[in-house]
Amino acid sequence: MPPKFKISKKEIKKIGELARLELKENEIKKIQDELSKILEYIEKLKEVNITGIPPTSHSVLLENVLRKDEFGSSNFNPEISKKLIDLAPEKKDGYLKVKKII
Amino acid sequence: MEVFNLTIEKIREGLIKKEFSAEELTKMYLEKIEKEDKKIGAFLTLSQDLALSQAKKIDEMISKKKELPILAGVPAAIKDNILVEGVRCTAGSKILENYIAPYDATVTKKLKEAGAIILGKTNLDEFAMGSSTENSAFFPTKNPLDLNRVPGGSSGGSAAAVAADFCVFALGSDTGGSIRQPASFCGIVGLKPTYGAVSRFGLIAFASSLDQIGPMAKNVKDCKIVFDVIKGRDEMDSTSVAKESRSFELKIGELIIGVPKEYFVEGIEPEVKKAIQKAIEKYEKIGVKIEEISLPHTEYALPCYFIISRAEASSNLARYDGMKYGYSEIKNSKSEVRDLKEVYFKSREKGFGREVKRRIILGTYVLSAGYYEAYYLRALKVRTLIKNDFENAFKKVDAIFTPTSPNLPFFLGEKVDDPLKMYLSDIYTVSVNLAGLPAISIPVGKVGNLSVGLQIIARPFEEEKIFKLATLYESTI
Repeated sequence: MPPKFKISKKEIKKIGELARLELKENEIKKIQDELSKILEYIEKLKEVNITGIPPTSHSVLLENVLRKDEFGSSNFNPEISKKLIDLAPEKKDGYLKVKKII
Repeated sequence: MEVFNLTIEKIREGLIKKEFSAEELTKMYLEKIEKEDKKIGAFLTLSQDLALSQAKKIDEMISKKKELPILAGVPAAIKDNILVEGVRCTAGSKILENYIAPYDATVTKKLKEAGAIILGKTNLDEFAMGSSTENSAFFPTKNPLDLNRVPGGSSGGSAAAVAADFCVFALGSDTGGSIRQPASFCGIVGLKPTYGAVSRFGLIAFASSLDQIGPMAKNVKDCKIVFDVIKGRDEMDSTSVAKESRSFELKIGELIIGVPKEYFVEGIEPEVKKAIQKAIEKYEKIGVKIEEISLPHTEYALPCYFIISRAEASSNLARYDGMKYGYSEIKNSKSEVRDLKEVYFKSREKGFGREVKRRIILGTYVLSAGYYEAYYLRALKVRTLIKNDFENAFKKVDAIFTPTSPNLPFFLGEKVDDPLKMYLSDIYTVSVNLAGLPAISIPVGKVGNLSVGLQIIARPFEEEKIFKLATLYESTI
């Protein structure tokens, strides 16, 4: 069944741009159909009366956990730092190297 | 001696009585996997060297007559979105195909300290996004109970490994049912702990307000032993909680169990319904009081979960940028990326699979300007109502029984082309993640070779109660 509501190709491309995701033309078509169906499905939430209901972003009550922002805290381990940098495709002198931005 | 159906306790006894050494046991399991996993596809990576070196350490402890830790010599498997230092960790994705974990997840560290033998890393839907393990970028896993069917997902590799006797227990992760649904499909026990009960440090994030690591095993007792090892506050995960599981004394005559009427309406397969009703009747027969309850916002749980999980996923997966780790277009000799933006676009295009892209797009859409309030904020408010439904129910009942999944394991390929249909197999499990509650799936019935799972849900930090209720079924019914 074709979805009643259809999201435009232009909009999909824009979202792809925001998500830093290159989408091929045939993918866009597929995502357009699937996304439209899913959006239609989640429209269901509009039936719920949410007046005066506070949002829940975390299920269990959380408290802020603070520590001093100090170098050399108990978790600092130079060996791990090196391992982490080593995972990068390009690096120089212990820093990540990236392509030009502009 | 048959070593493949041993419990944690029996392995300990066997080691102490010198019926086998840890090294012998490890080798037997590894050989079994080498021989039989071709037809199941539970493992993505085997960690033989690590396993054998761990086993040797246990054998040394035995020869020196040292006190053995609780999981000494117990063969285990770990879902491949949980880090094990020095071992490849793919999250079932091409983007992490060659990623070697630089450190241990907290749960891995705890398992190692407890003496468990880590045999390897198990298959999953890419980034734990799926309900059948067919979304793995590498290969699908098959259900050991019926090789034409899916093992469930996303922890399908872990569930299949336990069910096929490739290990004694496994770790999985559960964001919307990913431990419980595959446990149900493969006929084993799987616990999704209370949100915050187990550290998520070293778990590759999917949706951080919903993700939880938990144990999968062949029986309730082993599941509990593993949970007790991995739980607890961790300074590396600020959402982990120090709270001990609430102790609970089982008084059968005083127990009231709620069965939500909304879970038995349309969509449930008749064989599943029958098996669950039979299991509930068995509890009733030994004196447990059963009461029908209502969780009125049940039908909104899945769309609510959709929005929240996709939104969080799109944000979490932004870290795969082709610059820090994982697949990078920079390393592709045929490619001519000129600037930073192209590295992002091309690395992500090649690295992510279809379902992951679909979720990133939906998540980005619901969080984008103009839609945030209509979708995301609304979903967070509905989440409050779903949580309230459970709180209200728990004023009257001690625990809630439901089916784990509305359907029996489906055939491979049956639902891959219809994402909405696939998502429906999580309909009974997602609410639990939205509300942060603990829940277990235990096998309670057979339909041919296939298994049906009962889900037991309790209040936050009542894992103890859940285990006792599950044991009651296992031992007396």
